[in-house]
Amino acid sequence: MEIGGIIAYLVSLAIMAGIYAVFCLGLNIQWGYTGLFNIGIAGFFCIGAYATALITTPKPTGMYAHYVQQIFGLNLPFIFGLLGAAIICGVIAFLIGIPTLKLGEDYLAIATLGIAETFRLIFNNEHWLANGPRGLMGLPQPLQGLVDPRHYNYIYLIVVVIIMVLIYLSIERAIRSPWGRVLRAVREDEVSAGMSGKDIFRFKMQSLVFGAMVMGIGGALYAHYTKAISPDVFTPLYGTFIIWVMLMAGGSGNNKGAILGAYVVWGIWIGAKFMTDFLPYTLKARAPYIRFLLVMILLEIILIYRPQGLLGEEKKVSKLIE
Amino acid sequence: MLEIKEVEKSFGGLTAVCDCSLAVQEGSITGLIGPNGAGKTTLFNVITGYYKPDRGNIIFQGQNIDGLLPHQIFQKKMYRTFQITREFAQMTVLENVMLMPDQQIGEKLWNTWFRASSVRKQEKVIQEKALDVLEFVELIDLKDEYAGSLSGGQKKLLELARSMMAEPKMVLLDEPGAGVNPTLMRKLIANIKKLCEEKKITFFLIEHDMDLVMNLCNPVIVMSEGKKLAEGTPDEIKKDERVLEAYLGGQYR
Repeated sequence: MEIGGIIAYLVSLAIMAGIYAVFCLGLNIQWGYTGLFNIGIAGFFCIGAYATALITTPKPTGMYAHYVQQIFGLNLPFIFGLLGAAIICGVIAFLIGIPTLKLGEDYLAIATLGIAETFRLIFNNEHWLANGPRGLMGLPQPLQGLVDPRHYNYIYLIVVVIIMVLIYLSIERAIRSPWGRVLRAVREDEVSAGMSGKDIFRFKMQSLVFGAMVMGIGGALYAHYTKAISPDVFTPLYGTFIIWVMLMAGGSGNNKGAILGAYVVWGIWIGAKFMTDFLPYTLKARAPYIRFLLVMILLEIILIYRPQGLLGEEKKVSKLIE
Repeated sequence: MLEIKEVEKSFGGLTAVCDCSLAVQEGSITGLIGPNGAGKTTLFNVITGYYKPDRGNIIFQGQNIDGLLPHQIFQKKMYRTFQITREFAQMTVLENVMLMPDQQIGEKLWNTWFRASSVRKQEKVIQEKALDVLEFVELIDLKDEYAGSLSGGQKKLLELARSMMAEPKMVLLDEPGAGVNPTLMRKLIANIKKLCEEKKITFFLIEHDMDLVMNLCNPVIVMSEGKKLAEGTPDEIKKDERVLEAYLGGQYR
């Protein structure tokens, strides 16, 4: 591979890791600061991606409509797709939160896992909604005409990084403020936080919704990157567990750690792909599972030897006035 | 100030608090004693909204508060501490104390982004006050340590600091002296007395350490088997036949 090819490959890697970093930031609000055990990230990933697809593509007409069914198509620009994905994910998180946030944390995990799979299966089976298993194609990309399509990824990398930084800054501000202090108190001891006058249900709900909105933006960024989505992407492995590994590796309770973890783990994940190329022929068919195994072993090692992750939570988080 | 009328709370077949009525006068330090299993902590849990009473009324400053959620009861200016301290372990001592003031501007997500300057201004005031409170309970040197790494006695002081920060009218203390060494205990007693006199806070406390109770509390209420058994000054309680029977089973008469 010549040098240009390597750089192009690294750029695509950086885009995907950046998109995963957005998911990690969302999960960090929910788990890192509030202790909400959401293992249904794939659900918000899926909703965010489909929301933006329906918002930014036109509804098919004529012959084309025989092949592609979708409930609506608004043909709006990229930015409306992002906002729409965030809002729809927020509303859905709110609806999910009403019954589940009153459950203990293990039950929340079971409920979110089930809900995420339900969304995926709905999109898979309800053809009228978003074209069933064939999915939707032809999503527009922002600033598309600016450069040669072969170099478009550079532009998209900049878009992803800008959005990631904006999300990072808005979360940092909120977490350093009294709002974040209450979330952490809820994480540490819910009963005690309630007795200290904090409406724990309200704060848990805000955390769940805010985190889900961030995840929705992540899903939208993914959809506009690949330009085509189908339900088989949003599996628990790619949509949920790898994000958990990233957050654990980077340091739950630390936003810089969430981003770092996404880049490190995605790098390892891709690196492992190259390594499995050297496997003997008989094992090659099993390569994806071996990669999966490697990542899970990595998670075990982190949890045993460095449970706080690479960066870990800072000792003093409420430093708005320092 | 606080009136409990015929409150009942049972768990399955076990009636922890049964037809219990008692009252706490404003400005007093009222002690609540009784043998293990008398229902003291359950009564505290019912008063502060952790449990809903099955029956009866709880009236605080003329308002019915039974059935309210814990944070709503806190907003009525009543605060409680726990028998086993429940600090926020992975937060610093200062953060633990700064959490307490009610309705902080910066607790609204929107305000953290769009009203940053007023959030900062209030945060400064709160921090200032938190430092004063930590000075008062002599935890100031530990302000940047994790609350979870304090000793048992220091955690009790932190609980006291948190209750001061909350500016309550009434504080319910569940065994403030348990596991506290005598030196710290004297400090704790002095602090409670001072808060009662200077800040006009009413205290209602459960305690097994009779020295602390006899030193600090007046009146003392005795609970046994889920209801009030006796009430009086410490001296009256010491001599009360029924109290001795409840504690010692009667064979020492």
